[in-house]
Amino acid sequence: MPITYPTGAVEEHLITRRSVGLFDIDHMGQFEISGEGADEFVASIVSAKVSDLAAPMARYSLLLDEGGKVLDDLFIYRLPASWWIVVNASNRESDYAWFSSRKTEGVTLVDRSDDTYMIAVQGPRAVELLDLVSSGAVSAIPRFCWGNIHIAGIPVLFGRTGYTGEDGGELFFPATEVLRVWNYLLEAGLQSGIETAPIGLAARDSLRFEAGMPLHGHEISPEINALEAGFKWACDFSKEFIGKTALLAVSEQGLARKLVGLDVQGGVPREGYEIVCETGRVVGHCVAGMFCPTVKKYAANAFVEISFATPGATLSVLIRGQPKPATVVKRPLYIPAYRRTTN
Amino acid sequence: MSIDQKARYAASHEYARAEGSVVVVGISDHAQAELGDIVFVELPTVGKKIAKGQTFGTVESVKAASDLYMPVGGIVAEINESLQADPALVNREPYSSGWMIKVTPSDLSELDLLLDAAAYGKSIGEV
Repeated sequence: MPITYPTGAVEEHLITRRSVGLFDIDHMGQFEISGEGADEFVASIVSAKVSDLAAPMARYSLLLDEGGKVLDDLFIYRLPASWWIVVNASNRESDYAWFSSRKTEGVTLVDRSDDTYMIAVQGPRAVELLDLVSSGAVSAIPRFCWGNIHIAGIPVLFGRTGYTGEDGGELFFPATEVLRVWNYLLEAGLQSGIETAPIGLAARDSLRFEAGMPLHGHEISPEINALEAGFKWACDFSKEFIGKTALLAVSEQGLARKLVGLDVQGGVPREGYEIVCETGRVVGHCVAGMFCPTVKKYAANAFVEISFATPGATLSVLIRGQPKPATVVKRPLYIPAYRRTTN
Repeated sequence: MSIDQKARYAASHEYARAEGSVVVVGISDHAQAELGDIVFVELPTVGKKIAKGQTFGTVESVKAASDLYMPVGGIVAEINESLQADPALVNREPYSSGWMIKVTPSDLSELDLLLDAAAYGKSIGEV
């Protein structure tokens, strides 16, 4: 996936928010877990509640270490006889080793990544486009559920999930069929007059950023615990899971720092830039920052000392040595489609 | 790549075009294409005196921030306020509506030290 296609990062972002963007995200990993004790194993190793997950449901979760720090974030699809777990490309190997070293007797873990191609189709007209190529099967699949569909005669596992804040889905199909599926979708867009374009990594980043979704290595990482990153909601404290004890201790002590959104004036905040308070003392740092094409702001996600982590708090971000005003704001900047009651 | 024939160019891709008593300064079409989508332009305050070769601002694209260097020295007479709300003007029309600053030059002969359009074109590999 390139940083941008010739279209350019800003326009690719805008196309996704107004029509349909296609994302070649084959770099992501997919594991399949099955066998005796698989349900208990999965429940014990991921942070989210999964005991109530039945086919065709899917759910977001974190993968934590014993310290409650974030090894990865995952999407878990409950298939009829197995668990389909989508992991970040950069963590595929380490996640596999983590699952492998902890799986109980009887559990089968298979890395399906090489045989599986993954693409995403996102945007307010994505379902319209997908319905055209799937004989109307996609609109019948509820948000956070999956279904088996066919595109160009090819069997596709379709999840009504995504990383942009728009409707649409993520598609899993045999890797050998990528060109047929990709081109079929582009052609369908052309024929139907539904604006459809391939979207690069830069726009993928600005889309997920606006929608308040984390990128591992930035808002979440092995140096960051689930609570300070704001992911209490993705943890099921009614069950035992790796990292639970550590998180309970963190909760008991209180957070020292917290992830916040910053609305910045006068420049582009970027990863690593320091945050200072009125006295000039460094109180945090940015983990991501950029121009947001839809909300038309310069914004950052940053970890700041807890006393400054309140919406309205006025701070400064050092942009190449110069302090620029940065106000703590509520996240997300752009409300994801699935959270909107009206469109 | 388009090259304004009426302008002269620094090796760092800023252009300078004499217009009456001022010199109009911006970045070339080649430069904006290299930078990609421009999302922020930081410009100096009007009245500031900046020497040739010194930085007069910054242009931020999606991927990186780049310093802007005075192709000729002088006093900043005017800055392009439109770039605040629409920095992409620099991408769309680098030589016209995407101009950055207008300078009252200290020494007009500094223009002669810059590359003319043909020489600049050669330097960026234009035939």
